Amino acid sequence: MEETQKKEQTASTHKIGIYLWIWGLLFVLSFCSYMVDWFQFQGLLRWTLILIFMFLKAGLIMAFFMHLFWERYALVNVLLWPMTAIACFIGLMIAEGKYTVFTRLLYFFTEG
Amino acid sequence: MPDNTLNNLPGGFKGMSSDLGSDQTAFKGVQWGKVMMWIFLLSDTFIFSCFLISYMKGRASTVVDWPNPSEVFALHVGGVPVPLLLIAIMTFVLITSSGTMALAVKYGYERNRKMCGWLIVATALGGLTFVGMQAFEWSKLIHEGVRPWENPFGAKQFGSFFFMITGFHGTHVSIGVIFLFIFARKVLRGDFDTGKRGFFTTMKSDYVAIEILGLYWHFVDLVWVFIFAFFYLW
Repeated sequence: MEETQKKEQTASTHKIGIYLWIWGLLFVLSFCSYMVDWFQFQGLLRWTLILIFMFLKAGLIMAFFMHLFWERYALVNVLLWPMTAIACFIGLMIAEGKYTVFTRLLYFFTEG
Repeated sequence: MPDNTLNNLPGGFKGMSSDLGSDQTAFKGVQWGKVMMWIFLLSDTFIFSCFLISYMKGRASTVVDWPNPSEVFALHVGGVPVPLLLIAIMTFVLITSSGTMALAVKYGYERNRKMCGWLIVATALGGLTFVGMQAFEWSKLIHEGVRPWENPFGAKQFGSFFFMITGFHGTHVSIGVIFLFIFARKVLRGDFDTGKRGFFTTMKSDYVAIEILGLYWHFVDLVWVFIFAFFYLW
């Protein structure tokens, strides 16, 4: 039992430097995404920057703060594949939203 | 315990298929409580996704202009409106508390009782600050006339999405803060060093509990990353 504990300990502790690095990166990325609003970027540039900073932050938190980077693939894949379903759902709802706004404009505004 | 043989197992996708196809434990080397927390967080992901997707759909399908978040959430400093100032501070506070939590987990596994305990206290204080600022933001918006059914800035759906999403997230933060204080007390009292049995369970306390608590706290931060991007910046 003692041996397994020791093993778990070495598997779960990482050098403090990595946490500080990720922490710093998260601050920088948050600052960058705030700057997107500060400089009032619009349109495609705004969306791309927001999404890039968002996914980078989410990835860093999940990989290092939540230790997913060090977990075995069995757990990682069980957690990440359902996100694909969510992505499909988002795609469906984008189409649905466009259709709704189209019908609203068509029937509420052209025919009175 | 399968831990002894963990290093001998194949890695990557090959490891995944052999893990899932093996007898007994599918998630090797992961304490069961940690797996349960991950499953819970996955279901929580679905809930937050549903909120954010319905927000996206609502915002995309309204024919009235959506309120401009950088004006609605602006804070006046010396008479000059600074866009999203409070939200930016809240983001930094939450990231700070996420960092202290990550360090608390690390020190917990190193059996450094004091560092672990006080870092959890720091995390909890960060969470409290966040909830406090959110309460301030809510009261400011309510004062300006934002309601779930109407608001003076534009599309009526804005209020209901705002209160629902940030409220649900704020609830998560509040629950997290309560648990952080409870666990800070347990750590500082030395429960995890002596393996004292818990109040609700007969199982021995172990520092893995801190990692599980940390998973929840990082998830709260993770959700805020998405809310910040989609609700406040978009």
